[in-house]
Amino acid sequence: MSTLHTINKSPYSHNTLTSCLAVCSENDGILLLEDGVFGAITSAPVADELQKLIQNGISVFALISDIKARGLEDKLAPNIKLVDYNIFVQLTINHRSVQSWY
Amino acid sequence: MSKKILLISRQAPYGKSTAREAIDIALAASVYDQDIGILFMDDGVFQLLKNQQSNQIDQKNIASILPALALYGIENIYAHQESLNARAIRADELILDNLQLLNNKDVGSLLNQQDHLLSF
Amino acid sequence: MIFSLAVYAAPYSSQASYSAYKFAMATLEQGHKLHRIFFYQDGAHNATNLASPPQDEFNLQQAWQSLAKDHNLDLVVCIAAALRRGVLNESEAKRYNKPSHNLADEFTISGLGQLVEAAVVSDRLISFG
Repeated sequence: MSTLHTINKSPYSHNTLTSCLAVCSENDGILLLEDGVFGAITSAPVADELQKLIQNGISVFALISDIKARGLEDKLAPNIKLVDYNIFVQLTINHRSVQSWY
Repeated sequence: MSKKILLISRQAPYGKSTAREAIDIALAASVYDQDIGILFMDDGVFQLLKNQQSNQIDQKNIASILPALALYGIENIYAHQESLNARAIRADELILDNLQLLNNKDVGSLLNQQDHLLSF
Repeated sequence: MIFSLAVYAAPYSSQASYSAYKFAMATLEQGHKLHRIFFYQDGAHNATNLASPPQDEFNLQQAWQSLAKDHNLDLVVCIAAALRRGVLNESEAKRYNKPSHNLADEFTISGLGQLVEAAVVSDRLISFG
C-alpha cells in the first residue's frame, strides 16, 4: 500500500517538503500544489533529493494551473509530471491514503 | 469494520491553535470505536515537553491534556525520533511514557498501513 | 468511490480552500460521491454570509453555496471552531445573546464527530489546509 503526499508550501521558506522526503517510501507519490509548486523548479532547495527519489521509483507531480499561475513553466526540473485536478482525484484513488503536509 | 486512522500533529503548541485542535479530534474520535493513532513529528514534538506553564499566556495546558489520550482509548501514540533528535529533546523530558519512537522508515511504513491520514 | 474533504484554512488569505473547491468539483465531474465537506479551524470562515469581496474577484463562499445546491452536498462547519471565530447560526446566536447570525445557507453547524464519521464512511478523506 502506498501514500500520496501533497505539499502546498514553498520549500524556500518551509520544511514540509524536506519532512515529506525523509519519510516517503517506494511507490509513494508526491503532488506539489499551491506554493508547493516552487519545489518543482530546478533551483529548489531540495531539487537534487527530489531527482534521486524519482530515480528510486517515487512519482512527483505538480498541479499545472498552479505552475502556470506562477510563471514557472520554463523553470521546471525534469521528470516532474504536470497534472490537472482530474488527475489529482485519480492519484488519490491510486494510493490508499493521502498525507497533506502544510 | 473499523478503520485505521492516524492523526499527524506537526505544529508546536500555543503559537497556533493547530496542535490543540488536532487533540480535540483525537478525543472526539474515541466514541466511534475506530483504530485511532496519533503521531507527533517536526515541531509537533514540542507538545510533548514537561514543564509547560501555559497559564502564563492564558491558554489551556496541552501537556495536561495529552495524558487523557490513553483514557480515551488511544493507545497508539507515536513520536518521530529524528524530530526529537533535531530539537535535542531527551526521553526524560517527555510528558508521556507510553510513546512509541519511530525513525523515518518506520513513519513511512506506518503511513502506508492507514486508511485515513488526518494531518495538522 | 466515496470522498470526503476537510478544509482547515480561511478563504482568500490562503489558496487551500479554493484548491478544496476545485478538487470537489473534479470528484463530482467524475461521478464520485462526495459524502461531506467538513470545515474546521480557520476553514470555518468559509461559512460566513457576510464576506463581500469585490465584484471582479472569485467569490468562494458563494461558489461553495451553489456547488452544494447543485449537488445536494453536506457542508458542515465544526461548532467549536465556528463559535470561536464568530460564525453563528440563528439558534447559536440566540443561545449566546448575540445581535445577529451569519451562517451562510447550505452550511450546517455540527460537532467534530462529523469529521470522524466522514472518515468512517468514506473511501478517501482529503485534507486542505
